[in-house]
Amino acid sequence: MNAAVPGTSDYTTPSDREIRVVRAFRAPRRLVYEAMSNPKHLPKWMTGPEGWTMPVCEMDLRVGGKWRFVYRMPDGKEMAMQGAYREIVPQERMVSTESWGPEWPDTVNTMELTDAQQGVTIMTLTVLYPSKEARDAALGSGMKEGMDKGFARLDALLPSLA
Amino acid sequence: MSALASTVDPLSATFFALADPTRRAILSRLARGAATVKELASPFAMSGPAVSKHLRVLERAGLIQRGREAQWRPCTLEAGPLKDVAEWTGGFRQFWEANYARLDTYLDQLKNEESPE
Repeated sequence: MNAAVPGTSDYTTPSDREIRVVRAFRAPRRLVYEAMSNPKHLPKWMTGPEGWTMPVCEMDLRVGGKWRFVYRMPDGKEMAMQGAYREIVPQERMVSTESWGPEWPDTVNTMELTDAQQGVTIMTLTVLYPSKEARDAALGSGMKEGMDKGFARLDALLPSLA
Repeated sequence: MSALASTVDPLSATFFALADPTRRAILSRLARGAATVKELASPFAMSGPAVSKHLRVLERAGLIQRGREAQWRPCTLEAGPLKDVAEWTGGFRQFWEANYARLDTYLDQLKNEESPE
């Protein structure tokens, strides 16, 4: 698996409390950042599983500013996630907290963008959990197997998007 | 507002039960077949009552079942909640993979809007 190849992701555990996703996008860094930081764009792509929508996307993009997304599932149920920004370096780095509610561990998410070869941007998302146990629970036991299944599904999906 | 915020759902109980290495080791042992408390205690430097405490947590989470025979009370693994965990974690990754696949397409769209061919 080569994460520098656009359209593929690489999931690793750099420490006991972290999960890291590395993904390459075939677009300049400026544009990738725009798509990830402007509330006008997020409901167009960050909507999770098939059939979900994001009716609320609020982002007060400054240090200490809050963000809040509401997801609506096909059965009409809604689920909110929220947090605050801790660090913002436009087009380079964004650190934010994330909470899905009291039963789920709060995380600190660090998103970094770097230039790769011509017109390709590498995104690194590192999610820090409060404990190894919380990280392991989020990771589950069959991660590798699940990942491979996910990639197989993605491979099947990509031709239909092209 | 959050559907998850108001109640302790079964998945949370499962994650709590799994968030302990001894309990995970017990489940691994039971994956090979039913066992008594004494058999489960033997690999650990742990008293019977300490193991029983872990078993109660696993039982409450629906991860194991205990027999009714007073003497033996053999423990067996219940796979249902573990399947839910596997589905949820699979969902977690699917969540991001689905997002990133859409973002690939959306970025192409943004590029075209900026410099229409």
